[in-house]
Amino acid sequence: MSRFLPHPLLSLGLVFVWLLLTRFSLGHLILGTVIAGFAGWAFARIEPDRPRIRAYLPLVRLALVVGLDIIRSNWAVALLMLTNGRHGARNSAFVEIPLRLRDPVGLSLLAMIVTATPGTAWLEYDAETGVLLLHVFDMIETDDWPALICGRYEARLLEAFEE
Amino acid sequence: MTPLDSLPLWLAAPVAALLVIGSTLTVLGAFGLAHLRSFYDRIHAPTLGTSWGTAAILLASILAYSWVQERLVVHEIVVGICVMVTTPVTTMLIGRAALHRDRKEGAAGVPPSRRARGGAAKG
Repeated sequence: MSRFLPHPLLSLGLVFVWLLLTRFSLGHLILGTVIAGFAGWAFARIEPDRPRIRAYLPLVRLALVVGLDIIRSNWAVALLMLTNGRHGARNSAFVEIPLRLRDPVGLSLLAMIVTATPGTAWLEYDAETGVLLLHVFDMIETDDWPALICGRYEARLLEAFEE
Repeated sequence: MTPLDSLPLWLAAPVAALLVIGSTLTVLGAFGLAHLRSFYDRIHAPTLGTSWGTAAILLASILAYSWVQERLVVHEIVVGICVMVTTPVTTMLIGRAALHRDRKEGAAGVPPSRRARGGAAKG
């Protein structure tokens, strides 16, 4: 199984994309499956480690939380643009966040979340110390960013990938 | 008569609303990119366009064309996935380049590199 389909998730995703981009038919399903299988096999030559996902439920919950957060922060940042940064009162800041997460797939998901959420930008991650440097657009004194990132996102990613 | 004229009002209204929301967010992001002062602030502005700016327009497209073509048209999802996956790469690349340059020039207000601080930071 793993010999013929070394990256099942990648291959499944590619079949899905293939079917989305073409009209659904049996022929396209077969063609897409063959191409996706081949792509997975080729990818295994470059990246032999496949992602280890231990639990899917935390990822589903994470997706819901992130979806809501993105809507909320879109609104907040759009408002800041319109009011010219609360009329000059807005302060941005760098925040250092020590992460426990080490799994590369988990980290790349966290990078996507942080980037997709307006108001936070992932600047630098030091793999040696595990410290992430984040830039926060609207720094409010009472906000505890390390607790927010670790509690809301990192904890669920740890559940899904490591624990 | 264009195919879009066949949209009933109950569908046309949300499609129009989504288009207006998406394009407004994208314009605000572009405005911020031009208007904000610091480089690090500017990184944040276009994320309006790459998150709900894109998502709202894609949703509008899915709704409208699923009606017009009388089948589920969802290949817009692929656009969304590609935007989601590729923007962090760009952000990190230009973010790290800016950090590197600011640190080299000794600009004020930029946190020093963890590695440069050496053992003190680790202990």
